[in-house]
Amino acid sequence: MTKTLVKRVLLLLATLLLVTILAFVAFSIIPGDPTSSMLGVEATPEQIAALRDRLGLDLPIWQRYLHWLGGLLTGDLGESYNYGMPVAQLLATCVTHTLTLAVLAFVLIVVIALPLGLVAARYEGGVVDRVLTILNQITMSVPNFVAGILLVYVFGLVLRLFQPGAIVSPQTGWGPYLWYMLFPALAVALPRSAMTVKMLRGAILSELGQDYIRTAYSKGNSKSSALWRHVLRNAMIPVVTFLAMTVADIMAGSIVVEQVFGIPGLGKMLVTSIGNRDYPVVQAIVVLIATVVVVCNFAADLLYRVMDPRLRGR
Amino acid sequence: MMLQIQHLKIAFPHPKGHFEAVKDFSLSVEEGQVIGIVGESGSGKSMTAHAIMGLLDRKSVQVSGSIRFEGVELLDLTRTQMRSYQGKDLSIIFQEPMTSLNPTMKIGPQVEEALRIHTKMSAKERKARALEAMALAGLPNPEQLYPQYPHQLSGGMRQRVMIAAALVLRPKLLIADEPTTALDVTIQAQILDTLKEINRKEGIAILFISHDLGVIRALCHHVVVMQQGEIVEAGDVEQVFHHPQKAYTQRLIASRPTRTKLKAGGSHG
Amino acid sequence: MRKRNWYGRLGLVLTVLMVGFAGVGMFWTPYEPTAMVGADKYAAPSLAHPFGCDQLGRDILSRTMEGAGSTLMIALAVLAIGFVAGLLIGAFCGYYGGVVDALVMRLSDALAAFPSILLALVVLAVIGPGKYNVIGALGILFIPSFARLVRGEFLKYRDRDFVRSARLMGVPNGRILFVHILPNTWPTLLSGLTIGFNNAVLAEASMSYLSIGVTAPDVSLGRMLNEAQGVWSTAPWCMLCPALVVVLTILGVSMLGEGLRERMAA
Repeated sequence: MTKTLVKRVLLLLATLLLVTILAFVAFSIIPGDPTSSMLGVEATPEQIAALRDRLGLDLPIWQRYLHWLGGLLTGDLGESYNYGMPVAQLLATCVTHTLTLAVLAFVLIVVIALPLGLVAARYEGGVVDRVLTILNQITMSVPNFVAGILLVYVFGLVLRLFQPGAIVSPQTGWGPYLWYMLFPALAVALPRSAMTVKMLRGAILSELGQDYIRTAYSKGNSKSSALWRHVLRNAMIPVVTFLAMTVADIMAGSIVVEQVFGIPGLGKMLVTSIGNRDYPVVQAIVVLIATVVVVCNFAADLLYRVMDPRLRGR
Repeated sequence: MMLQIQHLKIAFPHPKGHFEAVKDFSLSVEEGQVIGIVGESGSGKSMTAHAIMGLLDRKSVQVSGSIRFEGVELLDLTRTQMRSYQGKDLSIIFQEPMTSLNPTMKIGPQVEEALRIHTKMSAKERKARALEAMALAGLPNPEQLYPQYPHQLSGGMRQRVMIAAALVLRPKLLIADEPTTALDVTIQAQILDTLKEINRKEGIAILFISHDLGVIRALCHHVVVMQQGEIVEAGDVEQVFHHPQKAYTQRLIASRPTRTKLKAGGSHG
Repeated sequence: MRKRNWYGRLGLVLTVLMVGFAGVGMFWTPYEPTAMVGADKYAAPSLAHPFGCDQLGRDILSRTMEGAGSTLMIALAVLAIGFVAGLLIGAFCGYYGGVVDALVMRLSDALAAFPSILLALVVLAVIGPGKYNVIGALGILFIPSFARLVRGEFLKYRDRDFVRSARLMGVPNGRILFVHILPNTWPTLLSGLTIGFNNAVLAEASMSYLSIGVTAPDVSLGRMLNEAQGVWSTAPWCMLCPALVVVLTILGVSMLGEGLRERMAA
């Protein structure tokens, strides 16, 4: 186990390193000079040279990368071209919004999908299962941002349960803040919940056909107790992996849904910064999001090993 | 008479009409008896075993005739009523020891599961009884095996775990559905010895199902030969073995693996 | 068995309808999609304009038809790039294996760490927005997943008897790959294509919605939804038609794919 753990951690670090290299190189090969957008067209050559020097733009690319990476590790994400302030400071509140949104969406997916998946599998072929299958197929086909638009329209504009576009900060208190995040999180969570229901139902049904379930019945288990005591744990193993992959999807969904609800999170900042060609901010956000995804996949891999005793010793 | 099966018929829906896996099967098992059912694969012997245990899917499989256990007609019981027999008075072990245990559950809890379902024993009492059953099933160091997972054990050991789980409530009848087919010959012989001992010591009746008449001969008093869902021959095991009446039975004897044939062939003559 | 056919058939019908809707939109629309009629500003749905008009008095149905056509075209182009390149790479990697295969697969693992829309956004941030850039960026991003799918299939058939005997008879490798193996993999690849198509529609719509994808004067479903959001308190019907088309297209194609997969499993 220790050996595997060390190997996994090394792999994680290598992946993260690759992520930073990709993010850095992608923005270093862009033609054009960030100084012109920062200083405007009337800048004197001296001004430009001074800024280039300050930003380290004349150094070779690998030195710039190492410098940037060093800053990244110490929490110095560089300076925004557009806002003229440190990126770390700029992103601090954005991170709170996006992480809250993502965590809430994840919780919603689990809370919505697990009971429904169980019910659908328990009563396979029944009315509930059939209705759920149809609803599922439809929900899966609604893109995050379309779900978001519908939610804003129905709950924001028509039912007036929240005020579209109003920004609530976490300082207001947890209650109002979570309420503010609930509908965006729902928009992110809905399509994935549907996929998770389908996945869980399939996993449970495939486990129900296994030989050890026949053994469980032969000992006098009812269908429910066979499901709870035997099937669930085995069926959860693939579902956990699936949920970890969901994190990548949640982050992607947040980028778009933040735009729908006007939440000033990482996604909105990313889109704005791409528009402004504010590359230090874009780089930092890309690395942040990719790191969250990579670390979650790592955690899922570990969890997978803990849940499946067959993989434990390895 | 402990178990009495009369005119059992098992049918499946099939695209082309309906398929009768068992056509007319009758059998009686007395307390403490060891009876064998032998036949090729597809002869309906496993189906019969599953029918006795109430493991056939009620929605898709039609079972008719009569299965009486201690005077109670099992085919008339509801699923809930049937559950009070499963794992208590009636137990079964299966052909596939590699897949018949839950891969994510420790050995101990799997062995004592019937106790948890059918009795109000405390965890401590359950564990003591489980360890006892594991020892009876011929598992060395039960205490050490108790917290292990199935994948850490060999096929033979897993089958012994299955036997321990089946014995934990001292059933009146143990159905063994080809329990040694997936195992190699030496392990097979050891498991047969264990089953014999269980029958002798605990007086548990065994219904042993196999495609191998030699294996049945090593264990059973009586044998029933099945072909395509029907009984073609029945009687004392030595009688059937030495003087098979039907060509089908002769074929079953002749098709046995060489190693056992050589051994049995010596006594034959 | 009946349920399976019902599923796939409904998917097929829906797909044909939606593709037809978009296909017709490429050549003909009831009104000129860009024609602004002052009197029809914010016109609610009526017989003349079944889905109403937008803030500039343009017919929503006509714009949606044109937008759907453009989305369809982009999705097909993305699939073509991703699929052809993925097929070549995947077939090579799966059939020959070795170091190149290992390297390609590691790289595709690393790329999988990024949510695909994030990658697409980054690529577009570098090369700029626009219809053809969207096609290029998404097309390239779709290569790894297709390559992976194709690789798995070719790996499966690499050591089958019919491939071995072809090799022994001296059939050239290229012919083995594309004449002997490829036809066997169609069912799987076809269902992969339906998933890819949906992902392409989704990605294009999302990016255009974020104003990073298709830009004016090109119409797309995502852009229409973005514009509709600006006027949703006065003219909520503006979003109905494009949203419906996105959802129904994805629904139809995914049901079709599901039907294909079930048929393969049977």
